[in-house]
Amino acid sequence: MSAHADTHAHDDHGHHHKETFVTKYIFSMDHKMIAKQYLVTGTIMGVIGVMMSLLFRMQIAWPEQPNVLFEALLGKWAPDGVMDADIYLALVTIHGTIMVFFVLTAGLSGTFSNLLIPLQIGARDMASGFLNMVSYWLFFVSSIIMVISLFVEAGPAAAGWTIYPPLSALPMAQGGSGAGMTLWLVSMAIFIASSLLGSLNYVVTVLNLRTKGMSMTRLPLTIWAFFVTAIIGIISFPVLLSAALLLIMDRSFGTSFFLSDIFIQGEVLHYQGGSPVLFEHLFWFLGHPEVYIVILPAMGLVSEIMATNSRKPIFGYRAMIASILAIAFLSTIVWGHHMFVSGMNPFLGSVFTFTTLLIAIPSAVKAFNWITTIWKGNLQMNPAMLFSIGFVSTFITGGLTGIILGDSALDINVHDTYFVVAHFHLVMGISALYGMFAGIYHWYPKMYGRMLNKNLGYIHFWITAVCAYGVFFPMHFIGMAGLPRRYYTNSNFPLFDDVSNVNVIITIFALIGGVVQIVYLYNFFSSMYYGKKATQNPWRATTLEWTTPVEHIHGNWPGEIPHVYRWSYDYSKPGHDVDFVPQNVPLKDGEEELQH
Amino acid sequence: MTALLTIIVLVFILIAIWQMVKIFDLAQAKNENTQVATDKDNTLNGYLMMGFLGFIYLITIISCVKWGDLPLLSNSASEHGPTIDNLMVISLVIIFFVQTITQFLLHYFAFKYKGEKGKQALFFADNNKLEAIWTIIPVIVLAGLIIYGLNTWINIMGVDESDDPIVVELYAQQFNWKARYAGADNTLGKANVRLIDLDRANILGLDEADPNAQDDIITTELHLPKGRPVLFKMRSQDVLHSAYMPHFRAQMNCVPGMITQFGFTPSKTTEEMRATLEIQDKVKNINEIRVEKSKKLVAKGEDPLERYEFDYLLICNKICGKSHYNMQMKIVVETEEEFNAWLKEQKEFKNSLIN
Repeated sequence: MSAHADTHAHDDHGHHHKETFVTKYIFSMDHKMIAKQYLVTGTIMGVIGVMMSLLFRMQIAWPEQPNVLFEALLGKWAPDGVMDADIYLALVTIHGTIMVFFVLTAGLSGTFSNLLIPLQIGARDMASGFLNMVSYWLFFVSSIIMVISLFVEAGPAAAGWTIYPPLSALPMAQGGSGAGMTLWLVSMAIFIASSLLGSLNYVVTVLNLRTKGMSMTRLPLTIWAFFVTAIIGIISFPVLLSAALLLIMDRSFGTSFFLSDIFIQGEVLHYQGGSPVLFEHLFWFLGHPEVYIVILPAMGLVSEIMATNSRKPIFGYRAMIASILAIAFLSTIVWGHHMFVSGMNPFLGSVFTFTTLLIAIPSAVKAFNWITTIWKGNLQMNPAMLFSIGFVSTFITGGLTGIILGDSALDINVHDTYFVVAHFHLVMGISALYGMFAGIYHWYPKMYGRMLNKNLGYIHFWITAVCAYGVFFPMHFIGMAGLPRRYYTNSNFPLFDDVSNVNVIITIFALIGGVVQIVYLYNFFSSMYYGKKATQNPWRATTLEWTTPVEHIHGNWPGEIPHVYRWSYDYSKPGHDVDFVPQNVPLKDGEEELQH
Repeated sequence: MTALLTIIVLVFILIAIWQMVKIFDLAQAKNENTQVATDKDNTLNGYLMMGFLGFIYLITIISCVKWGDLPLLSNSASEHGPTIDNLMVISLVIIFFVQTITQFLLHYFAFKYKGEKGKQALFFADNNKLEAIWTIIPVIVLAGLIIYGLNTWINIMGVDESDDPIVVELYAQQFNWKARYAGADNTLGKANVRLIDLDRANILGLDEADPNAQDDIITTELHLPKGRPVLFKMRSQDVLHSAYMPHFRAQMNCVPGMITQFGFTPSKTTEEMRATLEIQDKVKNINEIRVEKSKKLVAKGEDPLERYEFDYLLICNKICGKSHYNMQMKIVVETEEEFNAWLKEQKEFKNSLIN
C-alpha cells in the first residue's frame, strides 16, 4: 500500500510545478496549504468569537449601561448604547458555537491533523487530497453562513450553543429562533459534513500511508491523538446531524420529534408526543465527545512539544496511548452528566455519575506523566513550551472541579451556574487554546518557513496566563454562590448584588486578556513576511516533519520518503553524541530500541 | 467617531508592539538571534514560572478569603442539604489538596530544570511502579467519592410516598412561575395545556370536570411549611425552564409535555434563616452595596434602591428567552399553622373561574 502511494505521489510531484494562483492558494489539494487555510479561517472566527465574549462580559460587569462599543458594533441591538437582552443571549450562543466548533474543532484539529499527519507518518499527502479540499471548503461555507446569520433581521440564534428545543424550535419563543436558527442549523449541518470528510481522511491516512518502519507503536503521540479524535468524530458527529435534521423537521415541516403540549402567546400548538429530553440525549451524545474532540489533539500537541523542549522522552508512552484510548471510550458513555436534572430517570443519573468519574483516572495518569516528563529535563523555554506547561496547569485546575460536576448529587446545586462556566472554560476552552497556541508557535517554521518572534511570544503567554486565571478562577466562587449563567443582568433582584464587584474584576481581566491577543495576531501575520528565516530543524526534534525542506514542495520530500527505525522520543539517549536522534536514523550496532 | 477612536487606539497598539520588537531585537543584536530560547530566556522564564505559581496560590487565597463565604457550602434550608454540603466540602478539600501539590510540582520542575547549555537531561521513559501508583490512588479516591455521591443522590431523588408529602405543582411559563397546591385531597387535578382557557381564567389548563381539581389552589408565591416533606411536580407550558432553589439544594428542569419531580423537606423558616449569622452578614453586605448604588442614582435624579431583606427565591436556571434573567418567585417557609392559615385565604380553583 505504501509503496503504491510512493510512486503515485512521485508522479504528482513531476506534474505539479506549473501551479496557478487558484490551484496553489485557493483550491489547493496540498495538505500543508489546507492546514494553513484552516488556521487562518479559524483565527478569523476566533477573533469574532473572542470579541463577542468581551462585549457580553462588559454587559455583565456594567449592566444596562450605555457603552460606545455596543453602539458602534451592535447598531440597532443597542439602542442608545444599551445592550438588548435578546442580543446578549445571541452573543453568548454564537460565542459558544464559534469557539467550540469553528475554532477549537476545525481551527485546531483541522490545522494540525492536516499539517502533521502526512508529515509525521512519512506520507506524500493525505489519502484523498480532493476530499481534503472539499472538507476545507465546506468548512469555509459553513463559517460564512454562520457569519451571515449575525445579520438576520430578527437576530442570530440565541437559544444557547446547545440549542435545546422548544426554545430553538419556536420563532415565537424568541426572535433568534426564526431565520437565525435556520441558518445556524444549515451552517452546522455543512460543518458536520466537512468534519466527517476530514475525519475519514485522517483515519485512512494514518492506517494506510505510514512509511516503512513506522509501526503504530512508533507513532508520535500527536498522530495517536489525531487518529483517535477522528474516530470519535466519526462516531458522534452523525448523531448531531440527525438531531439537527429532526429539529429542522419540527421547525419547518410540523413533525413532533422534540415538541409536545405547548401553549405559547395565547395559543395551543399542534405538537404532540415528542420530547425535548430526546433532543438533549442526541445533542450530548455528540456534545460530550465533542469536548474530547477539542482536547485530545491539544493533548497530543502538548505531549510532543513537552518532550522536544524537555530534551527527554515523553514519560510512559504506552500509558499515554492507553489513556487516550480510555478517554475516547469513556467519552462516548458519559453524555448524561449534562442531564442530571433534565428529568431523566435518576437511576440513569447514577450510571452516568459512575462512568463520568472514571474519566478522572486516565486524565490523572496523563497529568502525572506530563509532570514526570519535565522532571530532570533540560527545559528549553520556547513560547511553545510555556503554552504547554500552561496547558497542564489549566487542565489540572479545570479538570479537578469535574469531580464536583460529574457527581450527580453535587450537580443538583451547581448545574448551569458560573461554576460550570469556570470548569469547562479552564479544562477545554483555555487548555485547548493553549494547546493550539503551543502548536502554532512550534510548527510555525514548518508552515511558513519563518520563526515567530519569541519575545512577543513570551509577552503573549504571560499576560494571557495571568488573565485566564483572573477570569475563570473567581467564577468558581460566584457559581458556588448560586449565580446562574446566561443571565443578561444580575441586578434585577438583590440576591446576587454581593457578587457584582467580582464580575467587574473578571471583565477587566477578560478585556486585558482579549486585547493582548493583538500581540499574537501581529506576531502571526507580520512574521509571515518579516520573521527570521527558519532553519530546517529549529527545535532539534526527532520527528519526520523536520526532515523535509523548509521550502514547501508537493509530496513533502524531494527524494525518497525516509524510513523509520525508532520511536519518536529518543531525546538525550545515552550512547549518542547529540541529545536527539531523528526517527530516520538507523539503530547503531548493538543499540537496543527501547522497550517502551 | 467611536469607530475612528477605536481604530486609532488599535493602530497605536500595533505601533507600540512594532517598537517593542525593534528594541528587543536591537538588545540582542550582538549574538545571532534565531528566535530559539537561549539560556537567558530559560532562566527568566523559569523564575517567572515560580512567580506564576505564587500567583495561582495568591488568587486562590484571595478568592477564598474574599468570596469564600459561600451560601452553597453551609447554612442550607432543607433536610437533605447538609449531606450535599458535606460531600461538597470533602470534594473541595480533595481538589485543593491535589491542586496545591500538582501545581507546585509542575511549576517547580519548570523552574528547577530550566535548560542550560551542555546540561544532560535524564533519559527516563518508563516506570511501571510510578504509573501504577498514580493509577491506583485516583481509583481509590474516586471509588470513595462515587460510593458517597451515589448514596447521597439516591437518598435525595428517591421520594418516599409513605412520608405523606404535600404535593405542589410548579408551573413555568415565559417568564414567571405559578404554584398549585393540591388542596384538602392532596391530589392534583388533571391538567393539560390544551385545556387552558384564558377567558375563564383557567390559566394552568386544569380539567374542570376532574373532582380532584376543584379544591386545587393556584398562587404566585410559594409557601412551604417547615418540617413537612414537599413533593414538587414540575410542568412547563412553553419552553424548558429549570426550577432552581439554591438555598434548598434543589433543582429540576420543567419540560413541556412531561411532568418532572423533586422532593425535599424545608428545615428553616424564612424568619429563622434571616436570623442566621451568614445571612445577616450577606444582607448587611448587600445593603452597603445598595446604599452606594443609591447615592449614584439619587445624584442622577432617580429613585434610590429599596433596602434588601432576605427571602428564599425560586429562580429559572435554564435559558428560556429574553427575560430569563428576571424569572423568579418568592418562597416563604413558615410554621405549619401559619402555612395552613395562609392556604385557607387562597381561592380554590372552582371559585376562581370566571363564568
